[in-house]
Amino acid sequence: MGIKFASDEWMKALKEELSKSDGYRDAAKTWEGDFYWVVTGMPGEAANVHLYVDLWHGECRDAFRATDAAAKTPEFIIEATYAVWRKVVDKKLDPLQGMVTRQLKLKGNMLKIMKAPKAATELVLCATRVATDWPA
Amino acid sequence: MWYFDSPHVIFGEEALSYLAELKGRRAFVITDRTIVRLGLAQLVIDQLTAAGLAYTLFDEVEPEPSLQMIQHCAGILEQHHPDWIIGLGGGSCLDAAKAAWLLYENPGIDPASVNPFDQYTLRDKAKLIAIPTTSGTGSEATWYAVLTDTVEQRKIGIGTRGLLPDYAIIDPALVMSLPPATTADTGLDALTQSIESYQSTWRNDFSDALCLHAVRLIFTYLPRVYAAGTDREAREHMHNAAAIGGIGFGNSQATLAHCMGHALGVLFHIPHGRAVALFLPYTIEFTVNGGGSRYADIAQALSLPTDNEATGAANLVAAIRDLERQLRQPLTLRELGIDRPAFEQALPELVARAETDTQIATSLRVPDSGDLRRLFEYAFDGKGIDF
Repeated sequence: MGIKFASDEWMKALKEELSKSDGYRDAAKTWEGDFYWVVTGMPGEAANVHLYVDLWHGECRDAFRATDAAAKTPEFIIEATYAVWRKVVDKKLDPLQGMVTRQLKLKGNMLKIMKAPKAATELVLCATRVATDWPA
Repeated sequence: MWYFDSPHVIFGEEALSYLAELKGRRAFVITDRTIVRLGLAQLVIDQLTAAGLAYTLFDEVEPEPSLQMIQHCAGILEQHHPDWIIGLGGGSCLDAAKAAWLLYENPGIDPASVNPFDQYTLRDKAKLIAIPTTSGTGSEATWYAVLTDTVEQRKIGIGTRGLLPDYAIIDPALVMSLPPATTADTGLDALTQSIESYQSTWRNDFSDALCLHAVRLIFTYLPRVYAAGTDREAREHMHNAAAIGGIGFGNSQATLAHCMGHALGVLFHIPHGRAVALFLPYTIEFTVNGGGSRYADIAQALSLPTDNEATGAANLVAAIRDLERQLRQPLTLRELGIDRPAFEQALPELVARAETDTQIATSLRVPDSGDLRRLFEYAFDGKGIDF
């Protein structure tokens, strides 16, 4: 039994995986920034789901499902459909490739994202380690 | 979802005569003084004249095109208002043409802000033709350009899909007098990007086909053109191979050897092809040690023994090193002429630059900082990668 994707529990599990990952810590050691990952069209959800994550020099300082999207004004917002997020977490879609094809829509300083390509790869690796239930 | 992009390619003997069919008002040729001195620019001008086009010749491209030179060039473009821009030369000239074209179409844009995720105006004022005079960079078939900001002392990578040239003219007559050392450096660049793009996490069926055939052509014809630059048949195939590999690379991505080579090239001013090719055998060994690579495919395409992935990779590494020896290329950083103290002083910066290179994310096996440090150290001494 896994954890429901995009739940607050799932975000906490991701935070735990990030904190355990030497690879992520090393890859992101000089990078900082916070995100909303916005999931559109998620089964069972009437509105878009906002997932907040705060990354700081190889650490995940905070990660939760936001109940009020206006509560935070993060530096980056990445929006994609539920199906696209699933492909990213299942490692079937490289997130940078997803952004080039605009399947993942990024708002924020793109050049800053491109300066930490390895961190993005390691972050996705951590997400794959969370046993995830995908609502149908 | 992914895309496949390619310029319209005109290739073979007399390919340059395609220019005589152009319709328009004015062409703007972006090149360097060496190309002018060798008479290659005149060949282009003759065709433009036959087409009835006015032309402007800009021959101020430097070996590592600077942001400042590109801005100067874009200003001249604005004065002459061409409807064709022609990049003529090696990778630097073609990159310069792409960047100047972008600024001409988007006055005032900050080149450092250009990225693959946004869309930019292109082709409203002019179309771009790329005519390579080396066989290797593949710049005629990619949507990237690299500039140097001489004020800030940094490299600026410009990448957006619209930057792909509209036409690539692959005429072997333009590379017949390429010196052996440049033939080797640029040819090995083509080999490295073809092999890496076959292993990239962004690879796809379209890029695979191109990369694999480019590798075959390069192994067959690069030794021949190096040994006898006037071998017309070999020159033509090698020139095609570079463009084919370039299209493959442009639709996939290079990987770890390019990250390391970029870092080395910037810090020690080593020609790009020589730098990336030096690291290729080491990064193949590192990648295959992590599992999941596809080097056996390449070994098989080259008719090398391939019982499994490990033997395929080992035989591919041996074949690359044999080729590099034939081309009198260094196989280690020590052979490149870098001494131990200079290397050790630069090592932290080499690692830092390599691990923030965007192409590290498309590597099949992504090294951490410690791995990268060891990769550089092993490449200094020429040790086989055992981790």
